[in-house]
Amino acid sequence: MSQALNGGPLLTVTDLVKHYAAGGLFSRPGPPVRAVDGVSFEIARGETLGLVGESGCGKSTVGRTILRLQEPTSGSTVFDGVDVFALGRVELRRLRRRMQIVFQDPYGSLNPRMRIGDAVAEGIEIHRLATRSEIPKRVAGLLEEVGLDPGYARRYPHEFSGGQRQRIGIARALAVEPSFVVCDEPVSALDVSVQAQVLNLLVDLQRRRGLSYLFIAHDLAVVRQVAHRVAVMYLGRIVETGPIEALLNTPRHPYTVALLSAVPEPDPAGQKQRIVLPGDPPSPSAPPSGCPFHPRCFHPAKSDRCRTDLPLLRPVGSSQVACHYAETTPSTPAPLAR
Amino acid sequence: MSRVLEVENLRVTFPGPNGSRVAAVDGVSFVLHRGETLALVGESGCGKSLTSLSLLRLVPAPGRIEPESRIRLGNTSVLLLEGDALREIRGRRIGMIFQDPMTSLDPVFKVGDQIAEGILAHFSISKREARERSVALLKEVGIPDPAARADAYPHQLSGGMRQRVMIAIALAAEPEILIADEPTTALDVTVQAQILEVLDRLRAQRGMAVLLITHDLGIVAGRADRVAVMYAGEIVEEAPTTSLFARPSHPYTKGLFASIPRLSGPVSRLNPIPGTVPPASAWPSGCRFRPRCPYAFERCVEEPALLPVAPEHRGRCWLLDPASAGRERLKGTN
Repeated sequence: MSQALNGGPLLTVTDLVKHYAAGGLFSRPGPPVRAVDGVSFEIARGETLGLVGESGCGKSTVGRTILRLQEPTSGSTVFDGVDVFALGRVELRRLRRRMQIVFQDPYGSLNPRMRIGDAVAEGIEIHRLATRSEIPKRVAGLLEEVGLDPGYARRYPHEFSGGQRQRIGIARALAVEPSFVVCDEPVSALDVSVQAQVLNLLVDLQRRRGLSYLFIAHDLAVVRQVAHRVAVMYLGRIVETGPIEALLNTPRHPYTVALLSAVPEPDPAGQKQRIVLPGDPPSPSAPPSGCPFHPRCFHPAKSDRCRTDLPLLRPVGSSQVACHYAETTPSTPAPLAR
Repeated sequence: MSRVLEVENLRVTFPGPNGSRVAAVDGVSFVLHRGETLALVGESGCGKSLTSLSLLRLVPAPGRIEPESRIRLGNTSVLLLEGDALREIRGRRIGMIFQDPMTSLDPVFKVGDQIAEGILAHFSISKREARERSVALLKEVGIPDPAARADAYPHQLSGGMRQRVMIAIALAAEPEILIADEPTTALDVTVQAQILEVLDRLRAQRGMAVLLITHDLGIVAGRADRVAVMYAGEIVEEAPTTSLFARPSHPYTKGLFASIPRLSGPVSRLNPIPGTVPPASAWPSGCRFRPRCPYAFERCVEEPALLPVAPEHRGRCWLLDPASAGRERLKGTN
């Protein structure tokens, strides 16, 4: 019986690991790239979880692996009572009707030679969700729902702006009536005024259709517009997760504090003290021992323990934090790295 | 403050239908003072990057800078220069860094040699001195272990490091002006913060003028002294940064502010500008923002001038004309 009907989470991801083999063709195999290294989270029906982090932290790999666009190394994903990683090809295809994805680059994900009406109809045909004669009406309804003129169905992708293409990508995902959509940096490539239009659209669609989103982004201010909860990733792991407002008001992991302080706020009067983190994130093929953040950490209580013991997520306030000293993390940064 | 650059009535055109020319930059004027940062802000296609390329005469063909345009760098008329004299401007007096450092760096040369190449092109010094200077520059832009990093190839460096190398190359010839075209757009926020710090420090130390091209009003708030907002090839509002943020006056500027998601304050639904920027061939006559403007009225079919808002703060909107007082309330405010 479906768990979600009993009020449980729609999606449960447990200990997800995705390692890539490194080297190969011309070089000796090196240590694997630990893109995702033990990630767990849940998403309820109608809920949005924001997955935030900088490039290379593994956030997009999480999104792709739970849809099995990439095969996981280990761990489990249960969607509405179904073990996604145990499915065969036919069952997986059936499940994909309910789990969809919207990509960052809508141009790269649309076939340039296919009319957008046909692109939107493709999923409906594959999953036989409507009779041939009903399809044009369905497509028109979907285009209208994402704010496009239904008359556009006969046009090709190059005739549209970036924002319109992203709307087409959303219509295509919605065509198969999913209950869960992975949004992978859906507004990062868009201008700010268009970005706002698409964010509003995603929120409206969620309300109307009761959708659940995994919203992957690097921009916390964007995530705040759509997410109920948020998880911050660093080097393949979630370092902090909790309700969005709690996490923004009292960040407990030093990395979250640094990330928040680095976001430039559009207010010359309210310029905050920035923590400029030293160096770059380490390579995921050679993560530091202990806490992955310790080489760049500015926490005044930082100790030898951080170099040896990997901190696990544990409840602190209303969040879960992977830091040995989360209780005393300074939320107003000390001017350390100058 | 002394003026280092003066741009007057800059027009950049491209071939349009039936032998016509379409202006992608249309009558842009601004000045840049020594040691200041001027931000040129706008969305894709507004003409901000073409404006900056014009300063170096790098407008790609078939684009063309129209003869009535004037660009003065000190006493030099940039648009009259040819050959060596033009090369003397590029890099030497005006440096430039771009959004994507990987495509601007040559993948088969060590970064130290790429910096030295610029130094040798502009100064008559020995190769060894050039090498020493490039290591010093790498240090100045905050690259750890600069002597070793000078021997690295671009692919061995992270995105943030590569952008630092680009800055070092731009600085090698000690330019009076640095054009930074979306210098941090491809970088993560924590790295972006590092790069902006470096740019700010160098501007202060060297008294360089910086023309910062960006779409991000957050970056503008922290870094720029003055701002010019561009829409459809024109500057629609210009002001000291604090004045612009305190009192955005052009409806487009207001729309931009209402579209920005914020980290603090209450979360509310964003209030985006309806529609999209039309292509240059379809810019309307009169006020170009008129079809998307919630306040548009009869007079907007005439081309508005830049009208005063506050000291050094001007907006290209008829609502700023005292004769249109009361108009805004008539149409409703947002």
